[in-house]
Formats: sequence, C-alpha cells, structure tokens
Amino acid sequence: MSESPDEPRTTVLHDVHESAGATLVDFAGWLMPLRYGSETAEHKAVREAAGLFDLSHMGEIRVSGPQAAAVMDHAFVGFLSKVKIGRARYTMLTGTDGGVLDDLIVYRLGEDEYLAVANAANADVVASVLAERAEGFDARVEDESSQYSLIAIQGPRAAEILAPLTDADLGEIRYYAGYEHTVAGVPVLLARTGYTGEDGFEIFVKPAEHATDIWSALMEQGADRGLVPAGLSARDTLRLEAGMPLYGQELSPELTPYDAGLGRLVKLEKDEFVGRHALEEASRNTRPRRLIGLASRGRRPLRKDQQVLRDGEPVGTLTSGAPSPTLGRPIAMAYVDSELDTATGVFTVDVRGRGEAVDVVELPFYQRDT
Amino acid sequence: MSVPTELGYTAKHEWVLVKDGVATVGITSFATEALGDIVFVEVPEVGTEVTLDDPVGEVESTKSVSDIYSPVKGEVVEINESLEDSPETINSAPYGDGWLFRVRISEDPTGLLSAEEYTKLTEGEE
Repeated sequence: MSESPDEPRTTVLHDVHESAGATLVDFAGWLMPLRYGSETAEHKAVREAAGLFDLSHMGEIRVSGPQAAAVMDHAFVGFLSKVKIGRARYTMLTGTDGGVLDDLIVYRLGEDEYLAVANAANADVVASVLAERAEGFDARVEDESSQYSLIAIQGPRAAEILAPLTDADLGEIRYYAGYEHTVAGVPVLLARTGYTGEDGFEIFVKPAEHATDIWSALMEQGADRGLVPAGLSARDTLRLEAGMPLYGQELSPELTPYDAGLGRLVKLEKDEFVGRHALEEASRNTRPRRLIGLASRGRRPLRKDQQVLRDGEPVGTLTSGAPSPTLGRPIAMAYVDSELDTATGVFTVDVRGRGEAVDVVELPFYQRDT
Repeated sequence: MSVPTELGYTAKHEWVLVKDGVATVGITSFATEALGDIVFVEVPEVGTEVTLDDPVGEVESTKSVSDIYSPVKGEVVEINESLEDSPETINSAPYGDGWLFRVRISEDPTGLLSAEEYTKLTEGEE
C-alpha cells in the first residue's frame, strides 16, 4: 500500500480494479473505483442480483480489555455494553456538544472486544477520539485499519453466491450480526450488514492481502448469477434510495443525531457518556430541522447544495441528490425547518436558476420486500 | 477507443460532421466515458442562433454536469428529440444515434481537430 501523503493510498485490490477497467477516483485520500462500466447497470445489478464492493478504505478500530464495554458506553451514544456477542449496532460518536463526529457500525466480537468501523474520512479522528476517551479505563484502542481489507457483497443473490464459499450457515446469520468464519478458506469476520438497502454481507479480511483470493472466488462463483463489481457511484445512489445518511452530507459536527432524525440511537437511559448533557437538551427541545425526501417530476438530476423552495420561498438545502435508477426519476434529501408544512404548497428545487417541480415523498425512497 | 476519421473535433470534446452546409454536432466517446451514464441532456431550441464556443446546452450524468459548446456558427435547424426519453443513447452511440443537434452553418468551421490530433489530445488527458 502506498503511504505517501500526496498520493492517494491504494487498496490490496487496486490491480484487480485496474484490470477490470475501473474509473478510479480519490475518495478521502484513497484511490477507489467510482464505476467499472455503467454505474446505472451496477446499481440495478445490486437491486436485482448482486454487486461486489471494495470498501477497504473504511477504518477498523479495535477496543479490547476488561473495561472495553465501559469504554464503548462512555464514548458512543449507543448502549453498546448491552449488545450481545456476535451482534452489531449502528451508532454515532459525538462531541461534547452533541455534534456528530462519525456514524459507524460497531461489532461486539467478544465479552471484552469490539470492532468499530468508521468512515474513511473519519477513521483517524475516531481512532484518536476513542484513544482519548479510553484513558483511565482498563482497555486498549488499536487502529487496525491498515491491517484490514473490507469486501461487501450486496443484493438479493448475495447469500446464494456466498454460501458455497463459506463454512457459515448463512441462515443462522441474522441482519446486523457478525461472526468469525471462513470465506474461500480465509478466516474473516463475516457480517450481515450493508449500505445499499439490500440483503448482503460485509467481509472483514485480516491480513488485508487475502482480499484478492476472496474477491476472485466470489466473482467466479457469481459469474452466472449476475454478480458484478460495483463502485462508489452505485453505492451512493443505492444508499440514497434506501434513505441512509452519508457523513459529510446528512451528518456533520454541526448536527446532532436528533437533527438527522436518528435520535433513537441516543440511549439516555444509560449512565454518563460524552455528549450526554447536550444531547439530553436536544432530546427535550423541538427539533430545529428535519430531513425530507424529494422526488422530481422532471428529468434533470437534483444535486447536493441546491435550494428547495415552497411557493417560491427558500425553505431548505439539498444534502444529497441523484438520479434514482429504481424510481426512474431524480431524488434528493433536504433539511427543512421542522415546523414547515410539507403537506400543502408547491415545492420546487432551484437547479441553476430553473425551478424544477418536486414532490415531497416519504423516506426511504426504496424498501426491499422482506 | 476508435475515433471516426471522417469527423472534426474540438478540444472540448464535441464532434462535427458538415454535409451540404449543415453541421451535425455530438460529444465524443472520450467525453461520454469520462462522464459516466448520461441521464439528462439539454440542447438549444430549433431556430436558435449559435456562435463558436457558445455554451448552448448541458449534459448531465449521475455524478456531473457539463456544458455543451457550439463548435460552429449558424442556426439550429434540428435537435435529436429521442434523447429526451433516451439520453443513454449518447453513451451507447455517441457518433451515431446519440448526435445532439444540427446547425445550418453561416461560416465554414475553422480550427477543428482531425481524428489523429484529437486522439493525441485525449491521450494527454488520460
């Protein structure tokens, strides 16, 4: 892996992506596949069959030791000491002011062992904040990001493609669970999690070098089942359709989990934790803003940072926007005043001076049949 | 990727084919591959007077918005209406069914690049 500060880092799978003809982009300091061919085709493959993602840019931070559970409860907004071994939680790390520093999935690997999976752009912050918050506890915080590769297989056919390659009985792995298993003979943490709105698995590979064996075994196994490699472009439209927030867009240090409509992640019933005071206050106040979904009546894509108007008056700003391959129309999320009446009025989005007619729609835009 | 030799090109990745005083304009395969899937296109209305290097429309892909510049001077006489419903044709056939608009030219185009020159240019951009 390249370590020069100027050059983006590459993952173990870099050569695989290059030979597959991927368009690569610098994402949070990593050279990652944006798309391999048509991003729309990749998106549809994940909805209808399966897609394979290299997510090795994400950060893995291990917290272990006799007081690991206490550190987790102190550091995060979730009640992580209550998570059963082998299960995972979606949670947030906030500052003392309640502002979101990262949203992440935390796996409980053992009684005294957790793995926190951070967004690439926040991995260093999460590692250093956790180390700071663990001071005085009998626990260790180790940033193992460079030791891991992360591969996700997502889509309705993910399980059937993965099953012959693993020792796991996939029927026994529930959504938001993760256990030590093998895939293609390689020991991994195999989790039923994802960021696409589909069933699927995330495969944490350590040492990172073994990722190429797993990637090629999955590609081979999935070849006649519609599996395609998928890039960050498809990942973004998939998560947007699923109404999932993206850090830096729907989430930021200026917003609390309550602002993002994710106040349910904050467990005020537990003891003291970082941000508690501010979050308790935020939980009592009326939320200043809320996140709404917009679907355009036109064809012109909606984009982040455009203004949404009600009867010609600006009422908010788009946090994400993209053409939705599943809905066949442009979609977006936007923060508006929580008191805003969205049931009446004419809503438009200012697309470079032109008012595009939009409908306020319920989130998520897409939900798979279960 | 193959660049048709019978067309003229601009450094902004448009192609031009002049026949009987009418220029057909499109964007190159290099441009479509850089943009990704095209989901929306706006071209000038029929009757619009365009001049060289005028921004006359937009091409939007999943991730980006790009201006289309007129590589010729004249009056727009036809637009490719099928692109409204099927903008992806620009990806699949940039030099054929994915053409954008036609201009009755008032001046012969100047400064267009040959296929060979354009290929050299794009190789430098890769």
